[in-house]
Amino acid sequence: MTEQPTARGPGSPSPSEVGPVLTVADLHVRYGGSHVLQGVSFDVPATGVTALLGRNGVGKTTTLKAIIGLAPRSGRIVLRGKEIQDEPTPRIIRAGIGYVPEDREVFGGLTVDENLRLVDPDLGVDAPIVGRLFPDLVARGRQRAGTLSGGQQQMVSLARVLLRTTSVLLVDEPTKGLAPKLVTEVADVLAEVARTTPILLVEQNLPLVRRIADTVVVLDAGQVVHRGGAAELVADADLTRELLGVSMRREGVA
Amino acid sequence: MTDFVLIMVTGVGLGALYFLAASGLSIIYGLMGVLNFAHGAFMMAGSYAGWLTMGALPGSWSVATRLLVAVVVALAVGAVIGLLVEVVLIRPLYRHHIQQVLVTVGLSLASVAAAQGIWGADPRPVEKPEWMGGTTLVLGARLPNDRFLFILVAVAVFLGLLALLHYTRLGLIIRAGVENRTMVEALGINVHRTFTVVFALGGAAAALAGLLYSQYAGTVSPAQGGSLLIYAFIVVVIGGMGSLVGTAVAAVAVGLVQQLANFYAASGVGDLSVVLLLALVLLLRPSSLKGAHA
Repeated sequence: MTEQPTARGPGSPSPSEVGPVLTVADLHVRYGGSHVLQGVSFDVPATGVTALLGRNGVGKTTTLKAIIGLAPRSGRIVLRGKEIQDEPTPRIIRAGIGYVPEDREVFGGLTVDENLRLVDPDLGVDAPIVGRLFPDLVARGRQRAGTLSGGQQQMVSLARVLLRTTSVLLVDEPTKGLAPKLVTEVADVLAEVARTTPILLVEQNLPLVRRIADTVVVLDAGQVVHRGGAAELVADADLTRELLGVSMRREGVA
Repeated sequence: MTDFVLIMVTGVGLGALYFLAASGLSIIYGLMGVLNFAHGAFMMAGSYAGWLTMGALPGSWSVATRLLVAVVVALAVGAVIGLLVEVVLIRPLYRHHIQQVLVTVGLSLASVAAAQGIWGADPRPVEKPEWMGGTTLVLGARLPNDRFLFILVAVAVFLGLLALLHYTRLGLIIRAGVENRTMVEALGINVHRTFTVVFALGGAAAALAGLLYSQYAGTVSPAQGGSLLIYAFIVVVIGGMGSLVGTAVAAVAVGLVQQLANFYAASGVGDLSVVLLLALVLLLRPSSLKGAHA
C-alpha cells in the first residue's frame, strides 16, 4: 500500500499556531424572502484544509459565493487582515482568493489551454505546475474543455486557480460525480496544494475529509453549529450522524 | 439563370448589410445580456454622420474620397456613442433587464425624434460614387456594384471580428464571457471593462451598417435605423445571440430568402418570408442555429 500525501507538510505549524488567513464574521445572505445564511462566523487557518460541512441546502456553496461577492451579503470578510466585503468580485479574487466552483464551470467552448490563459496570458498547459500536478492536461491543450470527462474538467478547474499565487483556495465539492479513482486523484492534488496554500473545502465525502482536512466547520440551517478538528468529528459516529446525517460506516473509504 | 445570379448576389449583398447591423447586437447580448434597442440609433447616427461629413467636405474632392472619410467619421461617432451609452446608461442597470429595455427603447425613440427635429422626417438624398451606382456583367447578369462593396466590407468585418475573438486576449475574455460571465469575474477578470469595449465596437459596426445602408437606399432618414434593427434582431435570433458565425450564416440566409421571395413570389413577400423563416427556425431549433458560442 502506497503512502498517500497528507495536507500538512512536515514541520509545518499547526493551524492554531498562526493567525487566520480568512475571517468570516456575521455573514448574512438573503435571496428574496429566504434568509439563507444567518450570521455565519468562522476562521480559516493559514495552513491546512478547513472543511465546510453540512447537510444539503444548509448554505455551504452560498457561503463560498458570498465570500467572493457572488451572492448578495452583509457581514465582514477579512483576508490577511484586510476587509474585502465591499470590493467587487474580480478585486477580491486578485487580492488572493482562488475559487473552484461546484460543477467545475470550465468554459466548454474554449480549449484547455485557453481556459488556463484566461487567468494568466503567459501560462497555459506548458506551465510547470500543470505538468507537475495535472500531466494528463498537457497533451490536451488544444482540446475543447467541453469535450473532456468530468474528472479532466475538474483538473482544468483546479489548474486555472493554481496558476495564480493565492492566499487561500475556496474549493466547492471537487469530487462530486467523480469515479472513486478520480476522487483519489483529486484528493492527492488537494493534499499537495494544501502543503503551501490553505484551503476552505466544501465536501460531502467524509473519508476524503478525514484524509485531508485539519479542521471542520459545520453549518446547519444557515448557522455554524460546530467547529473543531476533522479527525475528532469523523471519529465520532454519533456526532457525524447528528450533524451531517451520515456516518463513516455508510460512507466507505476513499 | 441570369435572374438567379442577380438574386443571389443582391441577396448576399443585403445579407452583408444585415450582418454588419447584427454583429454588434449579437455580441453585446451574448456577452452582457443587454438587449440593445438603441442599436438602431447607432445606425442612424452612422448614416447621418456620413451624410453630414460628405456634405461638409470640399466639393472638389471626389465622392469616393469623401465617402471614405465619412466611413472613418461614422466609425468614430458610432464607437463614441456606444461607449457613452454603456458608461452612462447601461452600466448602472446591469442587473435590471427591464429597465435596460426601457432605457434603450427610450433612447431610440428620443434620437429619432431629435433627428426629425433637426433634419426633418423626409429622406435626404446621399451622394454615391459613380462606380457604386454602376453595374458589372457577371455570367450574363448585370450586378449592382454597391453589393460587391457591401459584401467586401462585411467579409472584412467578419474576419476582423473572428481574428479579434480568437487571437486576442479581449476576444478570449469575450468568448468566455458569452459562455459564463460570472465565472469570468470569479477568475479575477474585470469583465465590465470588456463590456465598454464591446459596446464601442458594436456602436462602430452599427454606424458602418447605417452608413452603407444609406448608400444602398440612396437616402438618409430618421426611420432607417429602426427598420434595419428589425432585420438585425431577426438575424441574431436565428443565428444565436452571441454567435458571430451564426449571425453571418443567418444574415446571408435572411438576405437570400428576402430577395428570392420578392422575385419569385411577389414584391413585398420577402418581408413575410423572413418572418416565416424565423418561425421555422424557432420551431425546429429553439436554441437557434449556433447556440451561444461566439
